[in-house]
Amino acid sequence: MSAKKIVEPIVKGQFTYRDLPIGAMIPIPATSLEYKTGVWRTRQPKIDYGRCIKCLLCWVFCPDAAIKRLDDDSVKVDYEYCKGCGVCETVCPVKAISMEEV
Amino acid sequence: MSSQAIFYKTPKDLPREEWFASGHRLCAGCGAGIAARLVFKAIRGPTVVVNPTGCVEVSTSCYPYTAWKIPYVHVAFENAAAVASGIVEAMKILNKKRGKKLHDVIVFAGDGGTFDIGFQALSGALERGHNMLYICYDNEAYMNTGIQRSGATPIGAATTTSPAGKVIPGKQERKKDLIAIAVAHRIPYAATASISHPLDLVNKVRKALEIEGPKVLHVLAPCVPGWRYPPAETVRIARLAVETRYFPVYEVEYGRVRINIKVKEPKPLEEFLKMQGRFSHLLRPENAHVLEALKKAVEENWERLVKLEESGVTL
Ligand SMILES: Cc1ncc(C[n+]2csc(CCOP(=O)(O)OP(=O)(O)O)c2C)c(N)n1
Ligand code: SF4
Ligand code: SF4
Ligand code: SF4
Ligand SMILES: [Mg+2]
Repeated sequence: MSAKKIVEPIVKGQFTYRDLPIGAMIPIPATSLEYKTGVWRTRQPKIDYGRCIKCLLCWVFCPDAAIKRLDDDSVKVDYEYCKGCGVCETVCPVKAISMEEV
Repeated sequence: MSSQAIFYKTPKDLPREEWFASGHRLCAGCGAGIAARLVFKAIRGPTVVVNPTGCVEVSTSCYPYTAWKIPYVHVAFENAAAVASGIVEAMKILNKKRGKKLHDVIVFAGDGGTFDIGFQALSGALERGHNMLYICYDNEAYMNTGIQRSGATPIGAATTTSPAGKVIPGKQERKKDLIAIAVAHRIPYAATASISHPLDLVNKVRKALEIEGPKVLHVLAPCVPGWRYPPAETVRIARLAVETRYFPVYEVEYGRVRINIKVKEPKPLEEFLKMQGRFSHLLRPENAHVLEALKKAVEENWERLVKLEESGVTL
């Protein structure tokens, strides 16, 4: 079952409280992935790959798991979820991240 | 950190898996979000998380959305440790019947839910000795309901129920010593950690899980609107809390104290305070006595820990 399948009928109101499982259980993990927090953002991080030393600190500290760690340990911002807090910019030891106006 | 307890040496050793997923609704820059992501990277197998009400609960479990990839129970404010006790014992029997391996049970609770409202349940669980890891993410107030003072709020901090104004200069009482209280139950492991030192944090989580019995981990997790600072500063502020000795990072293993981050030359406490709106009044001359009281509390706590470590006494 996909997260969308659970989330959509509820959000669209095709579901009433009577249709909820006991205890309002959510039977599949991480349905929040359907909730795109990237729309909150007013500034956004940009990574300068010329400077990045792949230390992974931005990945470690992002509160939203919006920095993706790729197979080769390079990092990439996931703009679907990034809220633009700027934590990644402050923790980057080589100033490879800058926050820009959206 | 003792040598046998290093499970993760560098950030590269942390698993890629996000058991605490994107799409949650914690504020941008939330320290508790960093704590949750890191804590659950250090699980070692099937794990159940028990979470009383508070910011992490309301923002990760708004039906039909959940940010959790592991079984998650939301419980009332008062009873996280009691519910976790029940899960631990039920799981023991179920696993025996089904011939399965043991599951870990982790409580993830705020400071209000730990220092104050869930305190009785926590004490009961520690006394009964259930095999669980109780983690308090401490943002030093009841943040989810709009920044009310808790037993974890330090002297002088302004909250909506301890405002800084003409009548009082912020909270009048000192912070409760959660670890001392936990250790008084003679549990095998209790420790503090800060989100600014992620490897120390994840290694402590993993080390605690390997120990049989009740364990308590107290994690400092700054809060953007509650402490009043720009969201990008969360990690920097948590680091200053450690570097000024405001938040000592230590562990108590079978009653023995070990300071994990030795702060030989502490930065002036003001460096930590001046970044936060909740303390801005402390830097005004008329409140010098409150600043002194906070400094004294910080110094006394550090010296006490150093003495305990050096004497090697068993608590
Ligand atoms: C018995 C009870 N009293 C009050 C509340 C309202 N309430 C919900 S969350 C919350 C604050 C939680 O504070 P804390 O545990 O520190 O977590 P934080 O929100 O700071 O993460 C309060 C007072 C409640 N849910 N139950
Ligand atoms: S700005 Fe904040 S949310 Fe966005 S990637 Fe950086 S740390 Fe993550
Ligand atoms: S913190 Fe900076 S140097 Fe390190 S991986 Fe991220 S962008 Fe690269
Ligand atoms: S109020 Fe504080 S603890 Fe709550 S979500 Fe916002 S930053 Fe996090
Ligand atoms: Mg709190």
